[in-house]
Formats: sequence, C-alpha cells, structure tokens
Amino acid sequence: MYRYDEYDQQIVNERVEQYRDQVRRRLSGELTEEEFLPLRLQNGLYMQIHGYMLRIAVPYGFISSRQIRMFAHIARKYDRGYGHFTTRQNIQFNWLKLEDTPDILTDLASVEMHAIQTSGNCVRNITSDEYAGVAQDEVVDPRPYAEILRQWSTFHPEFAYLPRKFKIAISGGKEDRAAIYAHDIGLSVTKNAQGEVGFRVLVGGGLGRTPVIGSEICEFVPWQHILTYVESILRIYNQYGRRDNKYKARIKILVKALGIDEFKRQVEADWADLKDGPGTLTAEEVDRVASFFTDPAYETLTDHDSALNEFKADSRSFSNWMLRNVKPHRVPGYAIVVLSLKKPGTVPGDATAEQMEAIADLADRYSFGELRITHQQNLVLADVRQKDLIRLWQEATAYELTAPNIGLLTDIISCPGAEFCTLANARSIPLAKLIAERFESLDFQHDIGEITLNISGCVNACGQHHIGNIGITGVEKKDHDEWYQVSLGGAEGNNSSIGKIIGPSFTFNQVPEVIDRLLQVYLRERMEAERFIDTVRRIGHGPFKEYVYATEFAVEEEEIADKHVVVPAEYSVPYYSPRF
Amino acid sequence: MIIKNKAIVADDWVVLRLSEQESADNVTVPAGKVIVPLQVWLQQRDALQQRDDIGVWLASAERPEDLKDDVHKLSVIAVDFPKFSDGRGYSIAYNLRARLGYTGELRAIGDVLRDQLFYMQRVGFDAFAPRPDRNIEDALKGLSDFSEVYQTSFNQKLPLFRRVQRKGNPAADMT
Repeated sequence: MYRYDEYDQQIVNERVEQYRDQVRRRLSGELTEEEFLPLRLQNGLYMQIHGYMLRIAVPYGFISSRQIRMFAHIARKYDRGYGHFTTRQNIQFNWLKLEDTPDILTDLASVEMHAIQTSGNCVRNITSDEYAGVAQDEVVDPRPYAEILRQWSTFHPEFAYLPRKFKIAISGGKEDRAAIYAHDIGLSVTKNAQGEVGFRVLVGGGLGRTPVIGSEICEFVPWQHILTYVESILRIYNQYGRRDNKYKARIKILVKALGIDEFKRQVEADWADLKDGPGTLTAEEVDRVASFFTDPAYETLTDHDSALNEFKADSRSFSNWMLRNVKPHRVPGYAIVVLSLKKPGTVPGDATAEQMEAIADLADRYSFGELRITHQQNLVLADVRQKDLIRLWQEATAYELTAPNIGLLTDIISCPGAEFCTLANARSIPLAKLIAERFESLDFQHDIGEITLNISGCVNACGQHHIGNIGITGVEKKDHDEWYQVSLGGAEGNNSSIGKIIGPSFTFNQVPEVIDRLLQVYLRERMEAERFIDTVRRIGHGPFKEYVYATEFAVEEEEIADKHVVVPAEYSVPYYSPRF
Repeated sequence: MIIKNKAIVADDWVVLRLSEQESADNVTVPAGKVIVPLQVWLQQRDALQQRDDIGVWLASAERPEDLKDDVHKLSVIAVDFPKFSDGRGYSIAYNLRARLGYTGELRAIGDVLRDQLFYMQRVGFDAFAPRPDRNIEDALKGLSDFSEVYQTSFNQKLPLFRRVQRKGNPAADMT
C-alpha cells in the first residue's frame, strides 16, 4: 500500500500543528464556535450528542495492521474502547474530548494517517472498490489514481469552501463496487478500444434529501487529463452551485438545473484552458504511485484445497462462511475474506479495541499485513491463502468476526442514528439490532439470499438507504416521536436505482414486521433463483405495498416517560450540543 | 493596516460600499484612493478611468470577466468575502490571475480570517484586509501554515510531482 514520503509526512505534520493551534484558539475564546466550526469540520471533528466525534480518513478504505493497531490504541486511550466503521470507508470515534483531539492527530500522523477533509464543504475522502487489485473482473487497478486524487484534493486551495460537501468514488472493475452512481463525481477507470487507460466520468449523483443517479459527463477522459478535468468540474460547481439553500447546494442540483449538456459545455470550456497544462498527470508519477500497489509476494499455488472441502463437509458454520464471506481471488490458491462486523446482537460497523488488535494480527499472519474497509461497514483480508482459511476462520470466530452473512439480510448498513447524531430523527442502531435478531436464523437468511437493507436516521442518508433493496429512513413527526419510512427497489452497482417509499411510515417496533411482510411477498412471488431486487423489479411495488398495509400491526411501543430527556454524557465537554 | 506581500503595511485605500439609498450610476465617488464596487465601475467607467486612484471590488456572485478589458488599467482589484464560508472568491481570484492575466494587487476583503489566508495566497491574492476585530499579527501567521503543497494553483504553477523527485516504493520492481 501507499507509504508517505517526506513531503506527505511534512504536510500531515504541519496540519497537526495548524489544528492544534486552532483548538488552542477555540479554547481560549479567540475563535467563536461559528468560526471554529468549518475548521474543525475540515478536520473531521463533529459535535455530537455525547461529545465530539472524530472521523478519521482511511484513504479509499486501505489500511495496514500497524494503522488499525493505532485505532485500537485511540479507542482505549481517548474513547470508550471501540470505534465505528462507516459507509465512507472511514472510522469514527464517538466519545472524545476536544482537548484530546490534537494529540490523537499526532498519534495518527505517526502511522501516516489523518482526518483531513473527512467532513466540511470540501472534497471528502475518496472511496473505492474494496476488492481493488484482487478482483477477478478488474480492468484497471483504481488504487494509484485514488491516491493521486487524494493528494490532488488535499488542501486544494480553491475548493475548500464549496457550496456543500463533495464526494468522489472510483472503481476499476467491470462490476461497480464503489457506488460510483451515487457520488458527486463517479469515476470508472477503464480501457478504450486501443487499450489506453482513461476514465468514464459521472457527475451529479448523490443520496441525501434528493437522491439522484449520476449522469455521464464524459465517456472517456484519458488518464493524463483526469486531474484537470475534475478541477474544471469543481470550478464550475464552486462558482455556480447554489449557496442560498443548503438542501439545494449539492452539485446534483446544479447539473439538474443546467442540464448535463450545458453543464458539460461549461466544464469543457474551462478545461480547454487547463488541458495539457502543468496539472496534466505524468507517466512517471502514475508509475511511482503504482509502485506501491504492486502484487505482494504471492506463492504459486493451486485452487481447491482438499482439506478445505473435507472441513466444509464437516462444519456447516464453516461452509456457510465459505459460501458468503469468502470471495474468489484473481490469483490461484488465494481468496478474499470478508470479516463481518454484523454479527446479530452487535452494532453494525462497530469494532472493539480487542477486535481491532485481533484483526491486525490476522492481517499480519494471513494477508500481508493489510486490510480494507468496505462501504458496507465490514473488513476485508484481500490476500489469504486458501489453505489458511480454516485456521483463519477459527481464530476470527473467537473474536465474533465470522458471522456468515455477507450480502444477506443481517448484513445491515446503518448510520449511527439519533443516539449519537444531532441530525437524526430516529434511532438506527437499535433498530438494526432488532431486525438482525428477528431474522437471525441462517436457514431463513440463506433462503432469502442476496438482499441489502440500509438504515438512515434521517434524510441525509448516511446509511445510504436510497440504494438499499429495502431502505429505512427515520422521519420526524410531531413531538419527537420516532417514525420510519420504508422504501423498496434501491440498488447499487452497474444497475443502480433509487428506492421508492411504499407508503405511510411506521413505528420502531413495526419495522421488523414490515420487513417480514415484504419478505413473505418475495417468497410467494419469486421465480427460480430470482434475487429479491429482481422480483421487486419484475412485479413492481404493488403486491408488496398491498400486503404490508393489509392487516393491522400487533406490536406495542414501549412507554417513554419523557422523550425530551437526553441523558448527558458522563464527562464534561466544553461546548454542549444544542440537544442538551 | 493590511497584509501585503507577506508584511503588515499601512493602507490608505477606502472601500466604497453602497448604502441602500445609493445606486451604482449616481453615487458620488469621493476623491482619494477608492475601491469601488464593480457595478459603480461599469456604470461610471468613462469618468472613473480618468483617475489613477480607483480600484474595483467584486462581490462573490459577480463575474471577473466583466473586467476583462480593464484589468490592465487597475492597480487594485479586491474580492469581497461576505462570509468566510463563501468560497466563490477563490475561483474569482484564480480566474482574474490565470485567465484574465491580472497582475496588480489582488486584495481579499470582508470576512477575511487567519485560517483562510494560506488558501487565498495560493489562488492569487497578495493582499489581505483581515477583519478589523482580529489581531493582524496573528493573521499574518496564517500565510505560513504549510511549507509544501501538492497541487497546481496560481502561486505555484507546477504540481509537486513536476517539481521534485519523489520516491517510489523501494520494495517494488521498477523495471
């Protein structure tokens, strides 16, 4: 994976000192909270219900064992012993003190990490395919370009105060695993008929309040020009994106307003001036960065280890795990292993310090010391010898990392929700747990097969509910009651779609029953081997909607004595959130 | 006092802002060194371009191309930041410098705070009028937060990868 040179290290070190001074000025009152807000946000620091939350960048989801050990250290020393992996392939710590954050950044810088631009109205951490470099369908490895774009966007002087946040995803496989249609800019690195590398560029996708599938702005931008082309898109957006209403400020609204053809004309008029200029990428730089993403020292092995098959026959748990959590690798004798952070009963995406250390050990022992974080909030060991799978499974099972549910119903994507986030209308994590417990039966899950279930506590869609086959969104009605909308038919990948709401919203305890009814309709209507999403697309929303609302719900909601009471954090934070 | 060319210097330019009762075509531009709103310049150009003590400022929603025939006549152009979070001024500055070839003083005015100065100087600002309630000595420090940058902009035309020999992965076979 990429290693910092002295320039990268110096920039990150100087950032720590800049931030340390900003915190000092905030604590001394030189900076108002309003002035400090965009500064801390550009450093990933949010003020949440319990205190400060720090989102640490994991560039394109790649992380070393040394780095994840540092997360464990941070979890223990500054937080409550755990961290939360997010749909942005990052990690968040939820219980920090403002005064500690500069030291945390110093610790992170010592392992070549930072929290730069993980929030704020700037170019965010770039996300990519968690199987980059090892996927069988890969056309071009996206990682060198993801790193080049990371450096280009880091402290870009012109685009630090955009109308709104800006997310770029890049994928290099035939199948899109980076949700590039749901990003402000989606890049698919590919080859043209002459075998030259370039990018299909999508623009104006995004979730949130107004979900939009990105439009193609250019079918093929040769690799040399990708930085300048992206620069021109950002410049047009920075000048003309709406700033009067934050809900209409994303680039998707501008692209819709102008139309993709006019938007493209403006971008390319700006770009004409940059094309072939000094910002043009050089082969030397691509080669330099690519040298960090060469193959590890693979052994010459063959597929189909016989011991594996024997053990599969003996152990149902192991064979289920092989079926769901182990993916084919492009090198014979190797496999991709997904460690599930979705064991029913646990919080989706959470890992304890102890688990993180165990994961680091597993990476060192079985996967060249590297890991990837997925946007589905799981972890990937990308280069495991097939003959190590049994031992790996046994060791990972001891740390509850082998729930055989990848791509199944309980592999729920969830935002932190109202217990943590000041934006959320409703709780997400307890609902995810309730659903996972209800559908814990593996036989049932395997029978249902591939399905995605996404939960967001509000319309901002951190749980990416629009692209879940089943999407759940917390909506606020009167008096702080929790209500949830359910949508159906969303999907990511090459055939992306935005889910549609099925009807009136539900209470917390009704949601699992709603899901059960949706699944009953699927089981009744599905044709041979048809996935849930395919049945939805074939028969439409009608039958699902009809069945869900046909009968009353027999569940009861617990009585909450006073729903306006928010339990305060156990330590004093200097500046309280408005919820207190 | 303003910051100009990385030093704190005395400044005798006055920024003219129109009141609600005034309009660009009939406001009286006072004598002395005045930075007038773009609309005043456009409405009263014939008279104003006779003077050598006139600068022009742009609001964040205005277009630098409106000055394309005038950039060589002006010794000061200012860009107003109505709020520090309004980033349009950065692109205005870049376009004035890189596209319109403006070479005179480019001044940031309005809600100008220490932590924006580094970015501002990169896109072409060379003068800064920090908000008057802030310590200007402190603001000056903002210009030197970083000693190295990755990407091209106006003050650094070459990206890092074209300026220095950066190391690749020593473990990789570079053949």
